[in-house]
Amino acid sequence: MADIDLTKADANFRKELFAQPGGEKLSACFTCKTCTASCPVSAVNTRFSPFRIIRMALFGLKKEVLESDFVWFCSSCYACQERCPQGVSITDFMTLLKNMAIKAGHAPAGIKAQRDLIKGQGRIYAIDEFDNKKRNKIELPSLPTTCEVVKILFPES
Amino acid sequence: MKYALFLGCTIPARSRQYELSARKVAQKLGIELVNVGEFVCCGFPGKASDMKSAMILGAYNIALAEKQGLDLCALCSSCTSALTEVVHHLAHDDQAKAEVNEALSKAGLRYDKGVRVRHFARVLYEEVGKEEIRKHFTKTLEGLRIANHYGCHYLKPSEIYENFDQVEDPHTLDEMVALTGATVVDYANKKRCCGGPLLAVDEKTSLAIAKEKLDDIREAGANAINLICPFCSVMYDSNQKGIETAFSATYNLPVLYLTQLLGLAMGFDRKDLGLNMNVVKTKDALAKYSCGE
Repeated sequence: MADIDLTKADANFRKELFAQPGGEKLSACFTCKTCTASCPVSAVNTRFSPFRIIRMALFGLKKEVLESDFVWFCSSCYACQERCPQGVSITDFMTLLKNMAIKAGHAPAGIKAQRDLIKGQGRIYAIDEFDNKKRNKIELPSLPTTCEVVKILFPES
Repeated sequence: MKYALFLGCTIPARSRQYELSARKVAQKLGIELVNVGEFVCCGFPGKASDMKSAMILGAYNIALAEKQGLDLCALCSSCTSALTEVVHHLAHDDQAKAEVNEALSKAGLRYDKGVRVRHFARVLYEEVGKEEIRKHFTKTLEGLRIANHYGCHYLKPSEIYENFDQVEDPHTLDEMVALTGATVVDYANKKRCCGGPLLAVDEKTSLAIAKEKLDDIREAGANAINLICPFCSVMYDSNQKGIETAFSATYNLPVLYLTQLLGLAMGFDRKDLGLNMNVVKTKDALAKYSCGE
């Protein structure tokens, strides 16, 4: 990883995080690295480390965190959150970072596609007549093939 | 016992054998599962992009059940956690509830108190109970060596689940599988995530996580994996061949749903349980225990 230039840090980033769900207890982190040691992703890909992301966020490296691809590597398994001795809601914090990143325009194509599918058709996998045929064949009930309610719930999408 | 059945997205499209076997087992045990066609995505896959929209989706489903006076039973662990989280959150946050209701009002719905949300496996363990389940068994699965994969969201975040099982030493699935006469095999990293949520982000890392567990399970000498989440099944069953190719490994480990395993002990035949729909062939490993084609 390249050197970190702290002169470019955003001192207000931590305050912004403390005020949102998932960020409230962030300053309690005492760098024990239990999160990274418990992380199934860190175990196979050292580019991802919850500990490092928390430190970067606390240092105010807003741009580096939100524009990074690694915040998306959190699998939301909650192993770290369950074990954090300081009660930091690490998984919720990662979700908060992802929400902020996508708002700033940074997200993997797959995540954007999931969002558009849910808000567009109400499901990750839409059900079509062929699916219903297969379902009926094994005596499972048909499901609706359209979903109008998402247009009502999310008119802006 | 009566629940609205929450199927979510993955099960009706990709894991029909789970739905099929769960309905058979539920019927046998006298659990009435009510179909609610209007249910939409639970919100879980939308959390990463926008927590508020995800909460509205979850609350919409819960409000539908609430309107019918039914509690919710989900087969998918991610659906269970997303919906349980909404109930947990809205019980303590009036402002969030008001925002949710503003959105729901446009659809003619209202979230009042919410409903109880339960994973099907939890209903079996807590409400049906081991003794009752055992009464419906007609054969033993003795000789089968089963590795249980609990996954993440059946148990976590623990703050929303009233400690019905222990996150660091889970036992509910082990106990139910042991009822069938099968041997429960312990293995390293039993509590580890399947890697599924990373499929849309980085397939290589996702598969590497799943591979680690397949290695550990093979090492422990299990004949099959037992699980309770369609997402996890996609990783271990649907993607097992891909993992074998990517990492030059061989597993040939059948991946069963708890409902298929219990259904076998109840004497259902292969087709009733959709065992012909599992991706990794189950016929050889289960030859001694199953009937039908």
